[in-house]
Amino acid sequence: MKFLSARRRNPLVALFLLVAALGMTGVGYSVISSAKPAEAAMGSQTQVEDGKKLYLEGCSSCHGLDAQGTMNGPTLLGVGAASVHFQVATGRMPLAAPGAQAVAKDPIYDVEQIAAMSAYIASLAPGPAIPTAEDLSYEGADQAKGGELFRINCAQCHQAAGQGGALTQGKYAPSLMEATPQEIYEAMVTGPQSMPVFSNETLPIEQKQEITAYIMGLQEAPSPGGLSLGRLGPVVEGLFMWVAVFAALIAAAVWIGIKAR
Amino acid sequence: MTEIDHTHEGHDDAHAPGSEVATKVGYSPVADIPHKPRVTDTDPKAARRAERQVAGMFTLSMIFVIAFVVAYVAIDKNAYVYIPVLGDVGASNVVLGFTFGAAVFLIGAGAIQWAKKLMPDVEVVQQRHDMASDKSDEEAAAANYERGKDESGFARYKIIRRSLLGAMALFPIPIIVVLRDLWITPPGENPAEILSTTPWEDGVMIIPDVGDQTGLSPETSRGIRPEDLPVGGLVSALPVDIGVIQEEEHNLNARGKASIILVRMDPSEIRSQQGEGWDYNGIVAFSKICTHVGCPIALYEQRTHHLLCPCHQSTFDLADSGDVVFGPAARRMPQLPIGVNAEGYLVAKAPFAEPVGPSFWERDRT
Repeated sequence: MKFLSARRRNPLVALFLLVAALGMTGVGYSVISSAKPAEAAMGSQTQVEDGKKLYLEGCSSCHGLDAQGTMNGPTLLGVGAASVHFQVATGRMPLAAPGAQAVAKDPIYDVEQIAAMSAYIASLAPGPAIPTAEDLSYEGADQAKGGELFRINCAQCHQAAGQGGALTQGKYAPSLMEATPQEIYEAMVTGPQSMPVFSNETLPIEQKQEITAYIMGLQEAPSPGGLSLGRLGPVVEGLFMWVAVFAALIAAAVWIGIKAR
Repeated sequence: MTEIDHTHEGHDDAHAPGSEVATKVGYSPVADIPHKPRVTDTDPKAARRAERQVAGMFTLSMIFVIAFVVAYVAIDKNAYVYIPVLGDVGASNVVLGFTFGAAVFLIGAGAIQWAKKLMPDVEVVQQRHDMASDKSDEEAAAANYERGKDESGFARYKIIRRSLLGAMALFPIPIIVVLRDLWITPPGENPAEILSTTPWEDGVMIIPDVGDQTGLSPETSRGIRPEDLPVGGLVSALPVDIGVIQEEEHNLNARGKASIILVRMDPSEIRSQQGEGWDYNGIVAFSKICTHVGCPIALYEQRTHHLLCPCHQSTFDLADSGDVVFGPAARRMPQLPIGVNAEGYLVAKAPFAEPVGPSFWERDRT
């Protein structure tokens, strides 16, 4: 104590105290503020640490060392675990190449790695969580009602039968024929890329389940009439007739007209 | 070479005096090409083969007809088969279509094969007369017309002629009248006014579009709170009393005009609006009906704030007064001024300032 009391009037003491106070405040704040999101994400501490390692290795070059975003990628603070799961599990992230939009491909991380990364991002700031099995259950949901909601909210981009469609300047709404209920749910609550957000307040979970039931019905529905032609309707059917069938008719007419040898 | 030489000779023949065919029908090179016998004409074996081919096609056609009947009875209507390229398709439809199509096709193909291989194929000249009528026919027709004119008295009875012209002139008016009103406007009401107004007015609560709203009472409808809509969010919405209006009108006209979309963006991203403070904390409301030909649009890209019409690719910038940035639409997307009511739900603050949807005759050119 002699050492301290002897130097208590040293001009550097004020500076030392200031730094110590700032440091204590910072540490204290981070302990308090990190407590809640970690709880919300339900990710274990080791999962968060594993996720951080994977993040620094694979994502930080574009999204920044603290997920704050850079010139090459948006911030991931507040996007939530659902967004990470959607982007990585569908293979859209990590980005293969810059372009009009991220393309779905085979995921390069396994299920546990994706869960760890989701937990890490969710631990940074609160955001939409990964849906529970209960959220995703569409058993008994009204498919017809789901179809109506789909045509109001989704069909403008994804086409009435979920086949996907073009947006502006090379962007497109993907086909939903391979989408899982979890991906559908996560896309609706997080709004990846050009897609708007359909929050649980404006499109309640029951309605999301009805929409999921409709999409799953579309995925399972066979094509009783024969060639479905992308389920795009009479315009495509007419085009097919004009192009393919007329070509066949012309070929037949040519055969009729050729003189026999 | 010899063949070309021959046709050249034929050309000379055509101009030779006394060649009746040439002067009457003109020159036909085909008729002058020498007949070349087919394989089936010279080789009896080939002829028999062609005979078997034709008979085979007709027989196969019969077999396909029988197969059609069998398939119709035997194949379960709900059975599906996987066919590469086509995917899972209804087994019954595929087999019925193929067998019946093949049966019809084989009758035709057999007939053509028969005609081409076995029927005589000598070149013949078909005689045709000139296209123009004879002079005497023309004169007779003109005389007929004159006689009709005289006998009907069309020139003589002035009052009949004029009243007939009047009747013919007035006859299309009913069509124009009903087209103007499109059979929907109650008689005496101005269709332009009906097209220019929507159920939106000050204080009307905004509810999400959940499909069939017929008969839904405003009391049970769920409103939208500003905090329900995250940045980047999109909601297709309607006025709260649309269910009642729809039931009164027995049609979807009010719904067609009143459909709006709500989107939320960062307030700093809004570059301009159609009126001062028409947003609510970055939530903007626009008509859902394209100003080009009236397709409903909710194809909203949350990053660019562009609203794209899937019908003809008209693109509106919702961050910039809904102005047209691309496509055939001539007018911007009308914006609805919004705010919140005492209970904290989003409401319209005023009616649309301009008619929604596509142009019509009486619309002001703004």
